Amino acid sequence: MKPNFSMTQRLLMNPAAEGGLSAGTPQGGDSPAAAAKRPNLIEETFRKLGETGGTALIPFLTVGDPDLDTTLDIIEQLEQAGADVLELGVPYSDPLADGPVIQRASARALEQLITVRTCLDVARRARERGVKMPFVLFTYYNPILQTGLDLFFEEAARNGISGLIIPDLPYEESEDMLQRADRVNIALIPLVAPTSSERIEKILRSGRGFVYCVSSLGVTGERASFHDGVDAFIRDVKSRTDLPVAVGFGISGRDQVQRFSELCDGVVVGSAIVRTIETLIPDLMNADKREDALLQIRKFVAELKV
Amino acid sequence: MIGQVPDAKGRYGEFGGRFVPETLMNALIELEESYLKFSADADFNAELNDLLKQYSGRETPLYYAKRLTEHFGGAKVYLKREDLNHTGAHKINNALGQGLLAVRMGKKKVIAETGAGQHGVATATVAALLGLECKVFMGEEDMHRQQLNVFRMRLLGAEVVPVVSGTKTLKDAGNEALRYWVSHVQDTFYILGSAVGPHPYPLIVRNFQRVIGDETRRQILETEGRLPDTIVAAVGGGSNAIGMFYPFVGDADVDFIGVEAAGKGIDTPLHAATMSLGTKGVFQGSMSYLLQDEYGQVQPAHSISAGLDYPGVGPEHSYLKDVGRAKYVPITDEEAITALKLLCRTEGIIPALESAHAVAHAAKIAPEMGADRILVICLSGRGDKDVESIMAYEKEGGDAQ
Repeated sequence: MKPNFSMTQRLLMNPAAEGGLSAGTPQGGDSPAAAAKRPNLIEETFRKLGETGGTALIPFLTVGDPDLDTTLDIIEQLEQAGADVLELGVPYSDPLADGPVIQRASARALEQLITVRTCLDVARRARERGVKMPFVLFTYYNPILQTGLDLFFEEAARNGISGLIIPDLPYEESEDMLQRADRVNIALIPLVAPTSSERIEKILRSGRGFVYCVSSLGVTGERASFHDGVDAFIRDVKSRTDLPVAVGFGISGRDQVQRFSELCDGVVVGSAIVRTIETLIPDLMNADKREDALLQIRKFVAELKV
Repeated sequence: MIGQVPDAKGRYGEFGGRFVPETLMNALIELEESYLKFSADADFNAELNDLLKQYSGRETPLYYAKRLTEHFGGAKVYLKREDLNHTGAHKINNALGQGLLAVRMGKKKVIAETGAGQHGVATATVAALLGLECKVFMGEEDMHRQQLNVFRMRLLGAEVVPVVSGTKTLKDAGNEALRYWVSHVQDTFYILGSAVGPHPYPLIVRNFQRVIGDETRRQILETEGRLPDTIVAAVGGGSNAIGMFYPFVGDADVDFIGVEAAGKGIDTPLHAATMSLGTKGVFQGSMSYLLQDEYGQVQPAHSISAGLDYPGVGPEHSYLKDVGRAKYVPITDEEAITALKLLCRTEGIIPALESAHAVAHAAKIAPEMGADRILVICLSGRGDKDVESIMAYEKEGGDAQ
């Protein structure tokens, strides 16, 4: 059954969304001006890691795959496994930048009627459970657009979102979003690709939080090997910015994390984690095996931490 | 009055733009630059015009449909016979243009998405003609509906890649083509088939299709000594319609009617009536009207015609609608089938199911127009490919697909 309520009606029906933030929430409902002055939690995290020479482990999961309670349980496991920043993937009907693994996760989550609003709720509920790491919302442009930009940014800030990745919003189309994000101290994280060449300079100029280097041409998904030029590409980006640089797309195992951690400040692992969750769905849905399945996910992610 | 669109950012008013992964941005900029360069190049245009004439058989006739006119008992009806093009539809106009552009840009591999298979066949044909390697992405559902076209593409040496994601129709074929292009952007040219997608595609496709309207304008002036009162064309993504409308945009007395697919009816969930029921959103690289839910998830479309079975529409059509220059109306599967049969029996022409939607709307308005009025229908393609779909529809008492 599909709910028929408008976004505003949903908000009214969910008073918890309006308040109830834990004291520890760093970006909880104060004025936009005040919010803009505080350091962003992503920047704080990278600064602390920088002091010890550590590399941020940035896992990705699709919210609501296989259901919301499991997502919340997995988020706790990810933090305990050593995750530093979390990408919360908003499921979308037409995920252009994603390979089959995340496409399937999106489809499963959409069966659970997951919306942008639900994803923001998950961020708030994870905070209430004591999860400390910064949250980056990964979403295609259209779901935010239909939420309404004013409402989206207000709610994202209120629910403790520190960063935003919009894979189909290139620099040229991002001005309005960047200004709106700045006003509520949310980092609109720029993506640079191996094909960006002379575009890198202007993309970096408006960068916030960290720079997301797309490791290779193509969509998300595990890769056995990387293009020869990838190291030079990452070094080039590193040399042009003071922002932390994270690498993603195709990184799936400890060796690869190790390899990239020598070049940059953070490593994103997406499809490999989503696939691990996918294979464990029957166990996650079985009360007797759930605990063990959650531990397996934690173990898989802990292995990635270098 | 309507301004020059698109602007430098590829915007048609608030529509259009370029919403794609960063990996594709430089490829789109390079495509735009190459297009602007070669479209102003005399050799390029001479080669394209020669192929349009000698290879595709242009110009296509603007045929006075006497018996159809008598049947309607109103406006004088002309058919722009794009069905007489080589490969059987208007799609070849654009495929030849983009294929030549691919060659000029030094690309040896081309990809395409296809719904009904007409653009896939056109691209496979052009690839064979120009010696290019060709992959066509096609929804598995459409491969069943259009087996003849799948076979044609394979005969022509193209690889047909079945798309099993999402609704397994045109929108997913488009997604898969874009995903493939992201991975192979350095040596592959994406021959996009409709006036949709990120800038500069809607512009390029419109300009390669405007030959339809340019010829029609010249032909009607020759035959009738004046412009038509109304032009009707089917709209899925909207390439034949924009190609037909565009040369008349400045002629305020010429009415444009785009006909979209109402499937089982716009009061049912099974339709592709993007203009009648859609809202503004970003889909497959541009801002336009879109069938979506309130959370921004794209809704599956439905039409008996695979070429109109698409939840989006070209940004220039959304612009023409919003500025009031064009009107868009829905036609159901059943109305389209009835019109298809009417054209078969009055004129001996089997139109494509897509084009039959335009004929169906003409059937509604022509009888109401005076005998001194002129109505032009863009007959975008021929119906041989649809014979199986029509047989299935008949067999199931109008309930197929």
